[in-house]
Parts: sequence; structure tokens; C-alpha cells
Amino acid sequence: MKDKQSFEDDLKKLQKIVEELGSGKLTLMDSLKKYEEGVKLAQICSASLNDAQRKVEVLMKKDGKASLEKFSEEEGEEK
Amino acid sequence: MPHLQGLEKGRRILSVSEITGDIKIVLENTFAEAWVEGEISNFKAASSGHFYFSLKDEHAVLQAAMFSRANRDLKFKLEDGQKVVCFGKIDVYPPRGAYQLIVEKIEPKGIGAQQLAFEQLKNKLMKEGLFDAARKRELPLMPFKIGIVTSIAGAAVRDILQILKKGAPCVDIIIRPVRVQGEMAAQEIASGINDLNQLKEIDAVIISRGGGSIEDLWSFNEEIVARAIFNSRVPTISAVGHQINFTLSDLAADVFVETPSAAAKIIVDKKNALLRELDGMRYEMSGEISGSLHNLGKRIIALRHMLKSPQDRLSEKAQLLDELNSGLANNIRHILNITKEKASVVIEKLDALSPLKVLSRGYSLSTLLPGGEIIRDATGLKPGDAVSTKLEKGSFLSTVDKIIDDSLTS
Repeated sequence: MKDKQSFEDDLKKLQKIVEELGSGKLTLMDSLKKYEEGVKLAQICSASLNDAQRKVEVLMKKDGKASLEKFSEEEGEEK
Repeated sequence: MPHLQGLEKGRRILSVSEITGDIKIVLENTFAEAWVEGEISNFKAASSGHFYFSLKDEHAVLQAAMFSRANRDLKFKLEDGQKVVCFGKIDVYPPRGAYQLIVEKIEPKGIGAQQLAFEQLKNKLMKEGLFDAARKRELPLMPFKIGIVTSIAGAAVRDILQILKKGAPCVDIIIRPVRVQGEMAAQEIASGINDLNQLKEIDAVIISRGGGSIEDLWSFNEEIVARAIFNSRVPTISAVGHQINFTLSDLAADVFVETPSAAAKIIVDKKNALLRELDGMRYEMSGEISGSLHNLGKRIIALRHMLKSPQDRLSEKAQLLDELNSGLANNIRHILNITKEKASVVIEKLDALSPLKVLSRGYSLSTLLPGGEIIRDATGLKPGDAVSTKLEKGSFLSTVDKIIDDSLTS
């Protein structure tokens, strides 16, 4: 869900919709459709930013082999 | 020094070798440990690894040699024009009658050797384009997954984790633990950057270390670190705690900040700015929609005013009809009046032309009975015809006695 590329794509689409709505060239039906789409995109983008489920991992290398291990934040004096 | 003593006694002739030998002894004993300050010129690095150069000042020149054994650990490059302080001994070479300084140690004058080495490396990398502003990349709009190359036990990682947890918990983090100090540090930092670059999903890499002395931070000035940063696929943030000088890692990174916390704050700021922008766009969209709805409402009201009920239309037509009617009556009256006036003129004219008017002047009008044709010519009559003659007042009947054709006579 949180993905840099899809976030940027959604944001770009949203910016375009805002622009189109501002141009005043759309019919009422099209405006409403765009508005609905825009609100949805804004929600998706905000949700990505407001997501609070972060993952912290440690990239370890043993004998040239890389592995991701979970980082226990409690050990990091973060309580 | 036997020969010198001999000089005092009187004339004593020495061979070139003898006097040179004496000079050698004097010089080498006197200058077995000498510090000499001067400017390097005619520097040559021989293929043997030995360095040969001259030390000079305004009034004198001293030949110098630094053998490979001594120059192997030299941190900076010797160059013509450099002001240096050398430590060594004077050596006399009899076959050429020359003396030179055999340099054991050399230090740049003014700045430390390490600093000079740093400046030299910096210049070299700058010439290669590692620090070019033109190749600095923007950080992604929002880095959702960042890598951190730092010590797992350090304050730097703790600060970054804490600030991101509070300010941008949407950001996933992968820590690549490395030593950030000591001999192995530079190598580990460089490979840490490379390792994180192998992970596809990483959006940005932070290279970080908490504050320390310039010696503590030295690994971040190593060429291998600067090159790893330069070669990073993903944008880099250098966040090495320092107060005064930039490290080479700062110069090579796309973005640099002065503390680990500042690196985390950049990301938090990005997130907050985006949230604000999203709010702004929502507001703008609602504004546009309610604006067009408002405009449509106004148009509908205007249109409703323009629409009329059939009753209204009917009475409107009736009124028009009334107006037309009264207009018509007026017109007809007007036409009648005009006609009447015209008629009275005609009647007057007619009156003037009436035969009765002629009769009043004494003329009479005769008609032949029974047909009533007006008699204009007596020759059309014959005796016995009944004639009616009209006078101004009354008329009478008569019978023709005789025809008098006076037209023939007159």
C-alpha cells in the first residue's frame, strides 16, 4: 500500500484533477465524477502518509550473504 | 679530526678525497638530526619509489632525497611550491662533491599533513566531478523506505528512529550496521552503502554518525566512502555530526545536514508538507464543486423567472389584442374623417357642376319622352313628339309643332 511510485502517481493524478476542476471547462456531471475520483485519491495518499505501522529491520551480512532481521525497538531505549 | 689540526700547523696538502672525507665527517656529524624549512621545487618521484627534490628559500637551495622506505606512509602528495618542514640528516656524496638532505619525515608547513591530504583528495574528487551540483538528485517526494548506514549502538540511529517514529511513522527503515570509527570504518561504510543499494525498495540512504572530533569523523573523509556515495543508485543524505568542516561524504551526497536528527527532520517535513498540500487540494476541489453548483443554482433561478404560466401568456396576448383593437378603431375613425373631408370637397365641386345651377341662370333642359333622352339636336325631333322641359322651378310637357333647322341657316 505504501509505495513511493504509486504514491507519486496518485499525487500526480490528483494534481491533474484539481487543475481540470479549476479550469471550469467540465460539465457538471464530469466535475462531480472528477471530484469523487479526486477525493478518493487524496484519501489514499493521506492514508499512506498517516500510516503508523512502520517496520524497522537490520541488514546483516554473514559470509557475504545478506539477510534482513527484525530490529527490536524496545532495545533502542524508545519506550 | 686530524687533518684540521694539521691545517693549524702550517702548509699541509690534502687530496680531494681527503678533504672531501673531512667535509663528510664534519657535515654528517654536525647535521645528523636537522629540521629544515623550505619550499619544494623540482620534485621528482623516481620509478624506484624514491623522491628527489630541492628545498629552497630566497637565498639558497638544498638538494633533498626521500627514500621509498621513508615516504611510504606519507599521507599527502609532495608538489612543487609546497612549504614544508623536513627532518633528516645531511649526507655528503664524495664522487660528485655534493651534499644533500636525506629526509626522514616531512610535514606541510601551516596545516597538518592529514588536512593537506584531505585538501588534495578533495581537489582530485572535485576535478572528477564527484561534488558537481548538477548531478545532485532531489530526494523522492516521499521516501517511504529508507536505509541508514551507521553504528547500530550509536546515538545517531537512536535519534533518527525516535524522530521518525514520532513525526513520520509511515517510513520503514533498514539499518545497515557498520563501524563509524577506526581503521575498518571507511571500508564498512562504503560497502554498507552498496549493500543497501542492492535492495530494490529503498528510496533513500542516510549515511550518519553522531558528533565527534575531526579524527573521529575521519572515515567520512575517505575516498572509498565518497565514491560509494557518488555511485549510490538511490539519493543520499549525509548526516555526520560536525561543527566546522564539511566531510567529503557531505560533499558527495545529494543532500547533507549537520546532524542525524536533521536528516530525520527532512523526512518528517516532507510528510507534513505533503499532508498540507493534500488538504489544500481537497479544499480547492470542494471549492470548485460548490462554486459551480452555486453558479448553476443562480442560473436556474434566472431561468425560472424567464418561464411563464400559460395563463400569463394568455392574458398577455389578450392585452395585446385590446391594444391592437383600439388602434384599429382609431385608424378607421381617422380614415373615415379623411374620407368625409374629401367627400365634401367633391360634393361642392359636384354642386357647382350641377345642371340645376345652369337652370337657375334661365336655361332649361328638355328630354324626349317617353325615353327621357336629353335633346341636344332639333333635327332628331319630329312634329308630334312629346317633350318634357325642366326649368329652374318645375317642368312642363309639350308637343313639337314644327322643326326649325336653324343650324342650316346659321
